[in-house]
Amino acid sequence: MIAEPLRDTATQVIDKPDDRTVVELAGVSRTFGEDPPVHALSAVDLTIWPGEWLSIVGPSGSGKSTLLNIIGLLDRQTGGTYLFDGVDVAALDDLARAGLRGQRIGFVFQAFHLLPHRSVLENVMIAELYTGSPRRGRKERAHSALERVGLTDRADFSPTKLSGGQQQRAAIARALIGEPSLLLCDEPTGNLDSHNAEGVLDLFAQLSDDGLTLAVITHDHDVASRSDRRVRIVDSVLHEMEA
Amino acid sequence: MRSRLALRDLVDECVASLLARPGRAVLTVLGTVVGVAALVATLGLSKTAGNQIVGRFDELAATNIVVTPKSRTPGGVTFDVLPWDAERRLSRLDGVVASGTLSDVPTKGQLVRSAPINDPQGQTQFQLPVKAASPGLFRAVRVKLSTGRLLDAGYSTRADRVVVLGPSAAKRLNVTRVDNQPAIYIGDRLYVVVGILSGVERQLSLLESVIIPEGTAEREFGLTAPGSVQVETRIGAATVIAGELPLALNPSDTNALKVTAPPEPRRAREGVQSDLDSLFLLLGGVSLLVGAIGIANVTLVSVLERVGEIGLRRALGAARRHIASQFLVESTALGLVGGIVGAVVGTLVVVTVAATRTWTPVLEPWVPVGAPLLGGIVGLVSGLYPSARAAALEPVEALRSAI
Repeated sequence: MIAEPLRDTATQVIDKPDDRTVVELAGVSRTFGEDPPVHALSAVDLTIWPGEWLSIVGPSGSGKSTLLNIIGLLDRQTGGTYLFDGVDVAALDDLARAGLRGQRIGFVFQAFHLLPHRSVLENVMIAELYTGSPRRGRKERAHSALERVGLTDRADFSPTKLSGGQQQRAAIARALIGEPSLLLCDEPTGNLDSHNAEGVLDLFAQLSDDGLTLAVITHDHDVASRSDRRVRIVDSVLHEMEA
Repeated sequence: MRSRLALRDLVDECVASLLARPGRAVLTVLGTVVGVAALVATLGLSKTAGNQIVGRFDELAATNIVVTPKSRTPGGVTFDVLPWDAERRLSRLDGVVASGTLSDVPTKGQLVRSAPINDPQGQTQFQLPVKAASPGLFRAVRVKLSTGRLLDAGYSTRADRVVVLGPSAAKRLNVTRVDNQPAIYIGDRLYVVVGILSGVERQLSLLESVIIPEGTAEREFGLTAPGSVQVETRIGAATVIAGELPLALNPSDTNALKVTAPPEPRRAREGVQSDLDSLFLLLGGVSLLVGAIGIANVTLVSVLERVGEIGLRRALGAARRHIASQFLVESTALGLVGGIVGAVVGTLVVVTVAATRTWTPVLEPWVPVGAPLLGGIVGLVSGLYPSARAAALEPVEALRSAI
């Protein structure tokens, strides 16, 4: 596998869009069922460049989640090609897709998905279980991930003792520990009040400045307005939006 | 690049998951604990009880050997093959506690009566069996003396006309004490009563017999050879001694003797156990099956409850096999813990029951070792279906559930 692009070249990469891509969808479609088939995605072309912060907006039922599942390798497209980090993922088997998912993609969910019986630190460490990372230094890596999201002082807390904003920060730390190529967020502020949502968006801005690639699915235009680029899905068809 | 999961991480995750719901883990394990404990306890108790039942009749029967001349034809004549010095010969055998010869004295119909008293109403003459005994016999058949003394070698050598009476014989002859030197008649000859027995554990016919020294029987009644040899052995020595007896008593023709030895103790033990074991094992098996269903049930519930967690783990890079292995290891660990606790409980039950009955607890060594393994296998089998269900979950579907 090709190494992740260096942080300091991120701006250059955006300047030269034909260089390398994180996600490259060409004519991707996803249909469910046979009789009659339901088209959740129709011929979607989408490219996500290294270091950019992309928002995918659209009303509910428009196919946002289907797109996210395909980008996140949780689902397979039924048509078109998908290159992740330059690799055609259709050719990969379940184990390789799981490996790619664990090592290159960080997920952030609307409902946080933190295990209530584990400490915040342990929740972050879980992200390294399936990636082949050594046990040695795992705790330190988890601590530094918590440091990036500003939760060092909550490491030994139970997630149930944290505010919603803090829980989402912990979930983001879990997504960051593996140094992913892409942070994939599904309505990350959907369960948060405006104050906490603002804090999470500030964190995204900071991570984006550090060179991290973000794809955020949202139906909230305030959230979308903070990003570098916006695309919109309506009735399973993707459109670029004017900046 | 492919997804993988280190064994230590897997074990850590399972332990953490189980400890996260300790109450549930305990309740789940309970079924297996009961099943394994029942199995261990029943195996141990049947073994212990079987050993005890054998042990009870062992004591008397398993240490007794009787040697008689063998008749060549069924019900036919026997020959005088037992030596007079049988007692001396057997005293050299290791494992013989006591031995003696016992013979029926050929009285040719002579009756036994007490000293003539004028009692026109009462019967004064009796058809009592007269037996001849060597000095060691009394120990070999475990007599208890009521009063007086037993017959020793001196009486026999001198062929003294003395008798020892069994308790029933003494009662019928109306002899109650020996310090006034009472005498009885066998036929028309006078014999002095030197002792009265109060009881005997073997050869119960001695209770109603008149016992005279061997030398006396030889001279007065023409006894040509001892009729039988009674041997008491140490516990466990009977089988070996029985094999040695013919050679010691009649080396010229070992086939001429009939040796009546107790049955091989092991066979008696097996007979008792096979009956108990099959019933008890069935019971334990049923409880174990119930335990297995319990684990399967709880693991399945746990899978359904943790759908969101399964989705998260898939998103974090877990392959189907990793999800399956986690639930499989969790259920196996539950079974294993249940097996260990069950083995301990079962062993304690065996020891406690044995202690209250003052029995010796007996447990096959493979039982406490195999029980935890059995529990682990039960857990593994119970986890097969739930873990397959967990692995089959689509990550997209699973992620819709919150944790």
